[in-house]
Amino acid sequence: MHVEVRGLNKHFGDFHAVKDVNFSITKGHLIGLLGPSGGGKTSILRMLAGLETPDAGEIIFHGRAVNNLPPQERGIGFVFQNYALFKHMTVFENIAFGLKVKKASKTAIRDRVMELVELTGLKGFEKRYPHQLSGGQRQRVAFARALAPEPQLLLLDEPFAAIDAKIRQELRSWLKELIERVGITSIFVTHDQDEAIEVADEIMIINQGRLEQKGTPWDIYKEPKTPFVATFIGESTLIENAAELKGFTGIGGGKPTKALIRPEYIEIGSLHEFKMASATEQGIVKHLHFRGSEWLVEVEVKGHKLVTYRSLEKDTLQPGQDISVLVHRAYLFNDDHSWIQENGLKEDPMPVFI
Amino acid sequence: MRNLWIGLTYLIFFLLIAAPLGKMTMSAFSQGFGGFWDALARPEALHALMMTGFVVIVVTVFNTLFGIMLALYLVRANWIHPRLKGLLNSIVDLPYAVSPVIGGLMIVLLLGPDSALGALFENMGIKIVYAFPGMAIATLFVTFPLMVREVMPVLQEIGSQQEEAASTLGAYGWTTFWKVTWPSIRWAVIYGVILTVARSLGEFGAVLVVSGNIMNKTQTATTLVYQDVENFNVTAAGGVALVLAAFSVGLLLLMEWTKRRKEVH
Repeated sequence: MHVEVRGLNKHFGDFHAVKDVNFSITKGHLIGLLGPSGGGKTSILRMLAGLETPDAGEIIFHGRAVNNLPPQERGIGFVFQNYALFKHMTVFENIAFGLKVKKASKTAIRDRVMELVELTGLKGFEKRYPHQLSGGQRQRVAFARALAPEPQLLLLDEPFAAIDAKIRQELRSWLKELIERVGITSIFVTHDQDEAIEVADEIMIINQGRLEQKGTPWDIYKEPKTPFVATFIGESTLIENAAELKGFTGIGGGKPTKALIRPEYIEIGSLHEFKMASATEQGIVKHLHFRGSEWLVEVEVKGHKLVTYRSLEKDTLQPGQDISVLVHRAYLFNDDHSWIQENGLKEDPMPVFI
Repeated sequence: MRNLWIGLTYLIFFLLIAAPLGKMTMSAFSQGFGGFWDALARPEALHALMMTGFVVIVVTVFNTLFGIMLALYLVRANWIHPRLKGLLNSIVDLPYAVSPVIGGLMIVLLLGPDSALGALFENMGIKIVYAFPGMAIATLFVTFPLMVREVMPVLQEIGSQQEEAASTLGAYGWTTFWKVTWPSIRWAVIYGVILTVARSLGEFGAVLVVSGNIMNKTQTATTLVYQDVENFNVTAAGGVALVLAAFSVGLLLLMEWTKRRKEVH
C-alpha cells in the first residue's frame, strides 16, 4: 500500500510529541523508524494504525485520507512491543481471531491459519497458550496474527525489543525474508541502529518529534543531513573547533564550525606509510581496546581525543607511542548549514611528475 | 510463654466467633426443630426472607452491570479528563467511609415524601422511600464500591494493548469486550458478585432507615432479627439469623474457591 503523511502533529498535554512530519512510502518497502526513546516514533506508528488521533495533518493510504477511519477499517496489521497476544486463547485461536471477526468460513479460517503456522514455523504449537511459548515464538504468533486478515500495511512497534540478543539476530533476518516473501508494505519502530540498518530498505530518523532524514541506510550513513543524524548513526567524535585540524583550516568562511569525525575517516600509522606526509598530524596513542576482530585505538591530537579502528594484521601499537594521523574527511556543521569536507591537503597542490 | 500466646489466640477466636455461632444455633433449636421451623414459617419471616432475596437479586444485577461499566470508563476512557477521573475514583469509595445509616438518611432526605423529588415520584404513583425501590437504592449505595474495586485493578493490570490488538484485527467494541476483555475480568466479576450478595444479604443500617421496617411490607431478614430481639423472641431471631449465617458461610466457601481461580488467571 502506498502511504503518505502530510503535516502530522500530535500533542500529549503540553508535550509536542510529533512535529509537522511529512513522508511517503512506496508500496512493498520495508521502512525503519529509528530514533532515541521518547522521540515520537511510536506515536507516528499508532496514528497510522488509528489507535491515536492526530491533532493536525493527513494520513493517506492509496490516495485516500483515512484520518476518520477507525483502526478496524484501515486494513493494517499491528505487532505490539509486548505482542499483546490474547492470553486465554491458543496459538490457533489467536491467529484465527481477525478472520473470525470478519466472519470467514470455518474451512477458510483453518486453511489460512495452517498456512501462517507453516510460514512462521509454529507447526505443532497450535494448541499451546501464549504463556507456554518462548519470547521468539510469541513474536511469531503476533506476526502471524497480524498477517492473517491479509492487511495492506504491517506496523511493528519495537518488534525485537523483548527478545534476547542471540535470537534477535535470527529473528531479524527471518522477518526481513518473510516480509519480502509476503510483499507487504511494512513500517517498524526501533531505537537500535544496527537493527534498522540491517533490516530496513529505507530508514526514517525521528528525533524530538521531527523527521530528521529519510533515505536508504547507506545514504544516511554516507551523507547525514543534520548533525543529529551524523551523531546518531555510526560512531563519531565531536571536535568543537574544526579549523584546528590540519587540512581543514579556513573552512566555514571563518565562522565557528564543529566537526564530527568517524573512525573510518581516520588513518593512523608511521609517517612513511602516508603518501602526503604534509597532511598528517602528530598524535599520541592513548588507549588500545581489543574488539575481537580489530583494535579500537584512541589517539590524542592537539588535545582532541580521536577514535579509529586498526586491523590486527598491522603492527600492534603501544599506549604512549607517537603516531601520524591523517583525517581523510569530516562532517562539518555550524549554525547555518552542514556538509562533508575532504581533507584539503590530501591532494598534492603541486604534483611533480618524474 | 509461646504456648500461652497460642492458647490465648485460640481462646479469643473461640470467644469471638465459634461461641456466638454455637450459641445462636443452640437458641434457634432451643425448642427443637419444630421451634426453628415455626420461627421460619411465620408469615412475617417468610416475607422478610423474600424481601431480602429480592433486594439481593436487584442490587446484584444493577451493581454488576454498572460496576463493570464504571470500572471500564475509569480505566479506559480517554475522553474523561484525568482530574475528573480522579474525582470519580475517590467518590466511588464514599460508601466505605460513610456509615450505612447516614447513607440511608441521605436517600430519605433526597427522595423522601417530604422532598421535591420524592413528591414528584409519589404523584406519578411510585413510592420510593419506605418501599422496595428505596431499599434497593440504599443497598446499592452501600455495595457500589465492591464491584468497581474488584474489576478496576484487573483492567489496569491487563492494560489496553490486547483490546487495541483486537481493534486492529477488525473487532469492534462489543466483540472486543466479550472475546478479549471479559475472559480476563470474569473471575474478578464473580468475586465482586459474591461480595455484593454477601453485603446486601447482611445490610442493616441503611435499609432500616429507608424501609421504615414495616412488618410484612418492607421488613428484611436482618431488620426482622432486630425486631425479634427487641421483642425478646430469641428463638425466632436465632432461626432467621441461622438461615442468614448459613448463606454467608456458603458464600465464604465460594469466595475462597473463586479467589484461587482468580489467582490462576
